[in-house]
Amino acid sequence: MSDIKRVDARNSFCPGPLMELIAAMKLAEIGDQLEVLSTDKGSANDIPEWINKVGHEIVECREEDGVYYIHVRKTK
Amino acid sequence: MKKIVIVGGGTGGTILANNLARRLSAELRSGEVRVTVLSASDKHMYQPGLLYVAFGRMSSQELYQDQASLLEPGIVFHVDPVKTFNLDNKQVETESGVSHDYDYLVICTGSRPNPESVPGLAEHANHVYTVEAAEKTLTALQQFEGGRVAIVTGVPHKCPMVPLELTFMMHDYFKDRGILDKVEFFYTYPIGRLHSLENVAKWAQTEFDRLGILYETLFNVKQVDGKNKQVHSEEGGVVDYDLLITVPPHNGMPVILENALGGGGWIPTNPNTLQMEGHENVFVLGDTTNIPISKAGSTAHYEAEALGENLAALVKLGTMVRTYDGKVFCFIEAGKDRATYASFDYQHPPQPQPPTQMIHWFKLAYNKLYWNSVRGLL
Repeated sequence: MSDIKRVDARNSFCPGPLMELIAAMKLAEIGDQLEVLSTDKGSANDIPEWINKVGHEIVECREEDGVYYIHVRKTK
Repeated sequence: MKKIVIVGGGTGGTILANNLARRLSAELRSGEVRVTVLSASDKHMYQPGLLYVAFGRMSSQELYQDQASLLEPGIVFHVDPVKTFNLDNKQVETESGVSHDYDYLVICTGSRPNPESVPGLAEHANHVYTVEAAEKTLTALQQFEGGRVAIVTGVPHKCPMVPLELTFMMHDYFKDRGILDKVEFFYTYPIGRLHSLENVAKWAQTEFDRLGILYETLFNVKQVDGKNKQVHSEEGGVVDYDLLITVPPHNGMPVILENALGGGGWIPTNPNTLQMEGHENVFVLGDTTNIPISKAGSTAHYEAEALGENLAALVKLGTMVRTYDGKVFCFIEAGKDRATYASFDYQHPPQPQPPTQMIHWFKLAYNKLYWNSVRGLL
């Protein structure tokens, strides 16, 4: 897990988990993996929607104790 | 003597310095404590005023006061920005070559607009994040005679309400000029709704639909084709424009990057204690943090109040006494004469109310009251 960059967006209303991920993606290299932590249940839908629309890759999406862990890979 | 060094003289650094000067007034007088502010400028700018400069409602001269005049007596102030952070030696070195030792260091150097990071954006879009840009935007708005106004927003950006405020204020501006029927607005936003805050997005959508403002979400600007007057998005979208307005992407300051303190110029920071990760005697305020929270003066203000209480307690008691709860309060201009606000923290989302003229007037009053706020009097 050490090579996965964690984006801890728990309790973030503004700018929110997806905006945090977009910002982190801009700093990442192609092939990098990032894991977003979110307490917003909407993240389970809107982050995969954006990832798929841009063409990046969803590696895993799971929920534990009210926290969503969304693991993605930058592909372009 | 305990030495507190504050790097940055913006909203956060100034409020913190004044807060500490009051809480530690006896210790400052006796020489037990020294509070030093190191800034890049002898002027302090009220950055939210730039929005009004773009509409001819404030002059750029109104945005500035002398930084020294805003600081409590007893605070040491130097216009000598830090060049090197030697955190292991508890020392910073300034551009003039002066070294400052510290017991506690606070880094609040802020952020900067970086439209140059998107091909074509700096050349072809107008924004309101510098005096020069705001005045150029005023000229562009005055000369516009009709067509499509596209609004594109970069990530991350300072002051999350600006995309909506610009759109609403342009709507009323062109209405007053009598050319609204010749103007089409096309608003874009990086995520899947019209604003980060869900409740603000719902309110904005109702307003946009009522005013006939078109929009596209999940739109992250990739490049601007000035020749064909088109904006291309990372998601594959294309938007035509006649006048392009942007809320540009931002970065932290170069000195943060040059000292490898954080990617993008954002320093990894504990969201509750505001301590820099791995450095318990180094704190970070405002835009400079990587905390997932609004980059706004309001954030820096509330953080500075919490940190002032904690630094004073560290000096007097050797321990911190509170945490920052994520408090933010943002006005939202909803046109030329109506406004609402969003107030929230880490646990409580905002519940924006319908815009009123009274809140707009309060915002205009705050544009003047800021100078008391930054002195720590409000």
